[in-house]
Amino acid sequence: MGAYILRRLISAIPVLLGITVIVFAIMEMIPGDPATAILGSYATPENVEKLNRELGLDKPAVQRYFIWLGNMLTGDFGQSYALNRPVLDEVLERFGATLILAGVAFVLCSGLGVLAGVVSAARQYGPADRAITFVVLLGISIPSFFLGMMMILLFAVKLRWLPVSGMYAIYGGGDLQDLLRHLVMPASALAVVATGVIARLSRGAMLEVLRQDFIRTARAKGVPERRVIQGHALRAAMVGIIPVLGIQAGFVLSGAVYIEMVFQWPGVGRMLVDAILKRDILLVQGGVVFVAACYVLFNIVVDVAQSLLDPRIKT
Amino acid sequence: MTDALKLTELSKSFPVGKPLFGKPKAIVRAVRPVSLRVETGETLGIVGESGCGKSTLARMLVGLLPASTGSIEIEGEAQDTTDPAAFGRRIQYVFQDPISSLNPRKTIRQIIEAPLKLLHGMGRAERDTRLREILAAVNLREDFLTRYPHEFSGGQAQRIGIARALAANARILILDEPVSALDVSVQAQVLNLLADLKAELGLTYLFISHDLAVVEAVSDRVAVLYFGAVVEIGRAGDIFRQPRHPYTRLLADSAPVVGRPLRPPEGRETELPDPLNPPPGCSFAARCPYATDLCRTTEPPLTPMGETQLAACHHPITR
Amino acid sequence: MRLFAGLLARNRLALVGAVVLAAVAVLALLVPVLPVRAPNVTDTAARYLRPLSEGHLLGTDHLGRDLLSRLLWGTRLSLAVGFAAAVIAAVIGAALGIVAGYFGGRTDNLIMRGVDMLMAFPYILLALAIVAALGPGLLNALIAVAAVNVPFFARNIRGITVGIANREFVDAARLAGMGHWRIIWSEILPNVVPVIVIAMSTTIGWMILETAGLSFLGLGSQPPQADLGSMLGEARAALITAPHTSVVPGVMILIIVMSINLLGDGVRDALDPRLRSGALSRPMAATRVARDTVPEPQGDGILTLQALETQFHVGGRVYRAVNKVSLSVHPGECLGIIGESGSGKSVTALSVMGLVASPPGVITGGAARYRGDDLIGAPYETLRSLRGDRIAYIFQDPLATLHPLYRVGDQLAEAIRVHHPLGRAEAWARAVALLHSVRIPNPESRAKAYPHEMSGGMRQRVGIAMALANDPDVIIADEPTTALDVTVQAQILSLLDELRRARGLAIIFITHDFGVVAQLCDRVAVMYAGRIVEEGPTGVLLESPAHPYTRRLIDCVPELGAGRRRLAAIPGLPPAVDQLPPGCAFAPRCGRKQPACEAGEIGLEGSGARRVRCLYPEVEEP
Repeated sequence: MGAYILRRLISAIPVLLGITVIVFAIMEMIPGDPATAILGSYATPENVEKLNRELGLDKPAVQRYFIWLGNMLTGDFGQSYALNRPVLDEVLERFGATLILAGVAFVLCSGLGVLAGVVSAARQYGPADRAITFVVLLGISIPSFFLGMMMILLFAVKLRWLPVSGMYAIYGGGDLQDLLRHLVMPASALAVVATGVIARLSRGAMLEVLRQDFIRTARAKGVPERRVIQGHALRAAMVGIIPVLGIQAGFVLSGAVYIEMVFQWPGVGRMLVDAILKRDILLVQGGVVFVAACYVLFNIVVDVAQSLLDPRIKT
Repeated sequence: MTDALKLTELSKSFPVGKPLFGKPKAIVRAVRPVSLRVETGETLGIVGESGCGKSTLARMLVGLLPASTGSIEIEGEAQDTTDPAAFGRRIQYVFQDPISSLNPRKTIRQIIEAPLKLLHGMGRAERDTRLREILAAVNLREDFLTRYPHEFSGGQAQRIGIARALAANARILILDEPVSALDVSVQAQVLNLLADLKAELGLTYLFISHDLAVVEAVSDRVAVLYFGAVVEIGRAGDIFRQPRHPYTRLLADSAPVVGRPLRPPEGRETELPDPLNPPPGCSFAARCPYATDLCRTTEPPLTPMGETQLAACHHPITR
Repeated sequence: MRLFAGLLARNRLALVGAVVLAAVAVLALLVPVLPVRAPNVTDTAARYLRPLSEGHLLGTDHLGRDLLSRLLWGTRLSLAVGFAAAVIAAVIGAALGIVAGYFGGRTDNLIMRGVDMLMAFPYILLALAIVAALGPGLLNALIAVAAVNVPFFARNIRGITVGIANREFVDAARLAGMGHWRIIWSEILPNVVPVIVIAMSTTIGWMILETAGLSFLGLGSQPPQADLGSMLGEARAALITAPHTSVVPGVMILIIVMSINLLGDGVRDALDPRLRSGALSRPMAATRVARDTVPEPQGDGILTLQALETQFHVGGRVYRAVNKVSLSVHPGECLGIIGESGSGKSVTALSVMGLVASPPGVITGGAARYRGDDLIGAPYETLRSLRGDRIAYIFQDPLATLHPLYRVGDQLAEAIRVHHPLGRAEAWARAVALLHSVRIPNPESRAKAYPHEMSGGMRQRVGIAMALANDPDVIIADEPTTALDVTVQAQILSLLDELRRARGLAIIFITHDFGVVAQLCDRVAVMYAGRIVEEGPTGVLLESPAHPYTRRLIDCVPELGAGRRRLAAIPGLPPAVDQLPPGCAFAPRCGRKQPACEAGEIGLEGSGARRVRCLYPEVEEP
């Protein structure tokens, strides 16, 4: 098992390199140059050229890529010109906030999604199945940012149960309870869509598995139906569900961008959108690479979980 | 008289666990070097259990798989290409699963016409005449032409597969388990049709099956495959009655026959050797009641035993 | 195509989706000629008018622009962009997937590594990076959304293509002289298109949401032009003071995406053949029973079937798979049931313990008595406590019938523990002993193996061990050796024979092989089209079959040692069991047919153990 994890980690290296190449290549397509963006359009050509040289932008692309990569490996993601602080510091701070939001949403949607899918499959065409199917359909059809806005209107403005936005109260907040109160709405808005997708898929996977011959064998052995569903069928279905959980983690992370905008959550998504609008290229590059790398590592965890569950995967 | 088919030292190895670049982790020898001749007008049966390499061998013969070593001569001409179309005019294939061998989204006409158009470049009128002839030959009605494969039973679908093979106008047919997906009552219909076609058109068959009784009923000669190699070859009437190789005898004794009491077969209760780690010497040695140290170290060559029979065994059964 | 439209129309929800979507699409198409205000005319005096205001049906936004007009124009834009993105992603993705899947090898490897690389990004990061590079704008958002969805299509279509490229008809096409590109075009593509359509119909909603999202962030359509997403984005500032400006575009997105999803589900259901046959419905814990009368107990067998009837109800059709089958088996006896595929032999066996998948299976009549107690319609708990304990099954394909994720020892131990209160260690020891009793070498270490690590013969031994776990009275073996090689089959058959003699088991052995029946069974019943046509002691029945079907079936089977010969064949095909002829089902294929054969019901007549369902049997006194 240890060897398998090590192998998976090693095999992630080319993927991580690929990510940096893709990000760098995309950023190379940007018309104009950062110096103009930094200095504004009234800058003199001499100043622009000077800054370009300072930033190392006069060198060929390949060379610049390796310099950038080398710096990143030493923990130097560069300096955000708009915020005037190291990119890595900013990203790490913002990513923490995103992790809280997306992590809670991910746990919510995985648990609820699988549960809803199993119940739905076990009671196929029953009232519970129909209700879940409808809610799921609603969930995957509503834009998460719109849902978030409607939640603000209902729970914060109308009922005044929860704070409108932010991560902590401006005055007197800062403790865990305060964080949770601020977290309820964004996390659940974020979880709704992914819950729908996971529930749908889990239902399909369960129905598929319930048709398999080994389920008939379990019944023929006299295994109680409850255990057939919750043991034999669910375990086999998880083989199909777990990879989707990995993919959904990416969707939750993506959805977090919208939710952070709606709820003014100080996460990495909002940071990226601001950086794009301000053309703060180094911050965009650094943020994207950092988050993508975390996602790659998370997917290795998913793979390892899968290999623990399924002995047919060669470890 | 020329041989319809002559294989010299034909073999196939598959790499296992091959990375994107560089050498594979291991090589599995699916077919060890095989030399065989099939006379024109003959039916050569090939029997063997799953994993013995019979389908791999068959696919090499029609160019669907490139051989690793050795050569194939068809009707006296060496085939040095791996283009299935070049093979297609001379040698054709009838597949095991009749339904899976027909494209579900094409009509029967499109399926049978393809070789006429592509291999023989026939015009429309010519094709229509030929289609009618072929359908008549396999006892199918002409109105089937506009239908789709899912509308047919297994037996009918297999006739369509045979019709497609005939359309290529090849003289040699490789029949890869052509009846094992069919029920016995339908199986007999298809086997008889194949016999009639052979007599009418002077075809040569290579008939692959795991069913000894079927092979015996249709073949002139039979070759027994075990673990990728021919272990015995001889006339169909003799080979199962007087097997020389212990594996052939194990096969013959294992086949359930009405009127023969059930008894545990002689072979020890083991199965095929691991293809990733093949034993040195005779691959059957581990299951063989007569195995000696010689068997476990030296691979026996295929040697003549009696007038027409050959077997690869250090201690052939003499009776 | 007509079938497809029909299936779609039958799905009411999909129909609703289609109608709503069509209405929205028609409105969007007609906006330029509809009598609505211009979408970009500002009127600061009339800001934030509420819906149903004079002249503004849905009110106005922060610049006093007419919301209805902006909504319709925005819908037009959103639909167009979402649809275009879906088409672009599908075409590029499918092309990559087909090429990778068909050619395989290095081509496949390179393409899929690239795709994996793109999938290593959470999609929004990639989209954000693309928009960052190209600059904000609706067209760039479209490109970004299409690009991030290409990997999804490529991976999906590649999987399907690999499956198709390995099918035999592709080999046949190569032998028919087709080149690679012709095969892709005429053999692969037609089979992949339905999958592409399904994938598109289920993702187009997503694409609309994603483009709306980018616009919402201000990275998509730029003012004054607005799609639904940017309308929401602009309205966010006034969410609390003028909520209608947010609600209007938001609800429109919801309506569009929901109707697309409903329609997409309908399309998928109509195109997916597995759903068409009802295969994805969940089989219940026991077969459904719907019978009017229960026959009086009769016979002295340990297991007795009385006029058992099992049917499959699919759509409006009724398939009579098992038609009034009566059988009984005694302790220590082996009863063979022989028949061709579709004869109902397996369904008969599965009906006993309610293991026929239901839906679509229904037991519509008769009884199955174990020691006199009826099992059909028995409470679930009664049935469960007998399953695997008193009456056990051995199935055909041991790879499919063992759970792939549990160790075989655990599966055996479970079979014991669900019936007996045994500790884990004790049950495990019993499991090892069972493996030993079916002569698996090194049972201690083999118990820890997973099914895929064993050979077919070893797996079937596990299957037998599992059936023996609780020392049952009856074992029902459903073609247990059909998937095995002859040499392995011989080992398994002699093992079964030995076990039943040693333990006094009653066995019902289902097969299509006369040789197997002859070697193993004491008595045999021949089934044809759901009915028993003949029954008797094995030796007598095989020696002098009375029913013409039995006679001719035996003649069909080549026997080893008879040399090269022409085989006797039975002309025609067995009848479909949803349209059985009146009278004898074999009559249309029978050489001895008389008018009376097709007139009406023919009984299973005879004396003692020998019975035949024929008016003109082959032997006078069966």
